[in-house]
Amino acid sequence: MRPFQYNRARSLADASGIISDKGALAIAGGTNLLDLMKLQVEIPEQLADINHLGMAEIADTEDGGLRIGALATNTAAAVHPRVRSDYPVLARAILAGATQQLRNKATTGGNLCQRTRCFYFTNVDQPCNKREPGSGCGAIDGIAKLHAVLGTSDQCIATYPGDMAVAMSALGAVVHIAHEDGEERTVPVADFHCLPGDTPWRENVLEPGEIITAVSLPAKVAGTQIYRKVRERSSYAFALVSIAAIVEIKNGLFSRADLAFGGLAHKPWHDPRIADVLIGQVPSEKLFDEAADILLSGAQGFGENDFKIPLTRRTLHAVLAQAVEQAA
Amino acid sequence: MTQSISVNGAQHPIPNDPRVTLLDFLRHDAGLTGTKKGCDHGQCGACTVIVNGIRINSCLTLAAMHDGDSVTTIEGIGTTDNPSALQRAFMEHDGFQCGYCTPGQICSATAMFEELANNWPSDASGQLEGKIEITGEEIRERMSGNLCRCGAYANIVAAIQAVATEKGS
Ligand SMILES: Cc1cc2nc3c(=O)[nH]c(=O)nc-3n(C[C@H](O)[C@H](O)[C@H](O)COP(=O)(O)OP(=O)(O)OC[C@H]3O[C@@H](n4cnc5c(N)ncnc54)[C@H](O)[C@@H]3O)c2cc1C
Ligand code: SF4
Ligand code: FES
Ligand code: FES
Repeated sequence: MRPFQYNRARSLADASGIISDKGALAIAGGTNLLDLMKLQVEIPEQLADINHLGMAEIADTEDGGLRIGALATNTAAAVHPRVRSDYPVLARAILAGATQQLRNKATTGGNLCQRTRCFYFTNVDQPCNKREPGSGCGAIDGIAKLHAVLGTSDQCIATYPGDMAVAMSALGAVVHIAHEDGEERTVPVADFHCLPGDTPWRENVLEPGEIITAVSLPAKVAGTQIYRKVRERSSYAFALVSIAAIVEIKNGLFSRADLAFGGLAHKPWHDPRIADVLIGQVPSEKLFDEAADILLSGAQGFGENDFKIPLTRRTLHAVLAQAVEQAA
Repeated sequence: MTQSISVNGAQHPIPNDPRVTLLDFLRHDAGLTGTKKGCDHGQCGACTVIVNGIRINSCLTLAAMHDGDSVTTIEGIGTTDNPSALQRAFMEHDGFQCGYCTPGQICSATAMFEELANNWPSDASGQLEGKIEITGEEIRERMSGNLCRCGAYANIVAAIQAVATEKGS
């Protein structure tokens, strides 16, 4: 690791002041940042340790939802009684990620901001527009098995690798962000991550000095909740494709279909046209195909990851069929 | 005031260089080499220790972030003369070959029993709520963060299962 100055932040304003400097970063669990610092992919001159700012609380909100503090660990969120009973898709998504040791340390804010697992990004000897703007993208003509098929650009085809945010996106959760001047703003999780475009180094909407303070979930809605993660082995691997779904069927017709997809893009993917296709219709294989056609109409593979397109179609079928079965 | 970490009940001062990971602190500063460095990137679990009752990978956290914390390492779990139930079971069931992953496996499994006692679900649990039955599948999923290069997995699971049965009866 390169030398850096370690600061234990005493307040949110203190932390925000430190990280508004270029070359300074917040550290929460450290499970992503320290990994990247050892590889010299991240070389901060200063760290603001935000672990003592009391943002670990998980509490009911007035509108019947739940507010998960940015420093609540992935474990604390997954085992919280209300997450287990009212937001099982979120508990399942978190439990499908990493390992117990990592989830015990990883935080809600850090998980949202975790960086891509693109092999060229993490290897400083390789070209990567995200790590070193203008150096090229090694993955486009290279090893791209984990890479995106939706929303890519000619600059970057990386994916957002996480699971938790996919479920939060389907649930309509909102990120609470504190600004250096003490103001708070909120951004839906579905809009928190960016597409690579011409600025692949920018992964989310956080501005310098901004800190995530919490994520809030809206009140529980009716329907079946499913998180299905397809990976190369049955435990401890990042998603090739994942789907978070909150689906309700009333009188034999779809009445709710909130879906988000992981492993396909630079952000948890959400396509409102899928609900438009499904809602009000009788479930059938043909209908599921129509939904998949719409989702995948703009999909483009890069050789090694071509398989993700048919895999997503099959996974979508499986999830919708499971929702129908569970509703019966 | 010097900052310190309690390791197996003894206080050790935190080194000045903030780059020192908890793992390097335990091995070099506290002189406790039972905790192993496998990958140094959170992938293998050889560095698993128990901090304030919770198992974590000590390679992916800084010593400076643990002022005032209590760490239990393999040296604090049992001794040659007085091994813990898990340590005995690993010997009885041949739960290792070279032994490099073993301290991490045993720290991990020790904390896993606490998680099970609290009925924390895992990816392998059929239900998210209620009492969890300690099946082989549950053990394998919960121990998936501890790799064994020698592939002693079958006997590791058998050793843990034996302790689970002991605790249950
Ligand atoms: C071997 C391995 C396997 C993994 N498998 C999975 C998996 O299958 N699924 C999955 O989803 N994840 C997986 N992960 C990733 C893991 O979930 C993340 O490392 C973790 O969630 C990051 O959280 P943290 O608190 O440790 O973040 P840190 O490492 O502390 O921070 C990560 C980034 O977020 C920023 N940050 C942290 N908190 C805040 C805040 N409050 N406000 C603003 N910025 C902030 C930091 O500055 C840093 O840039 C895996 C990790 C490893 C090492
Ligand atoms: S896909 Fe993105 S992260 Fe990977 S090498 Fe290309 S620019 Fe870098
Ligand atoms: S040395 Fe820490 S996980 Fe491998
Ligand atoms: S016993 Fe050799 S690595 Fe597990």
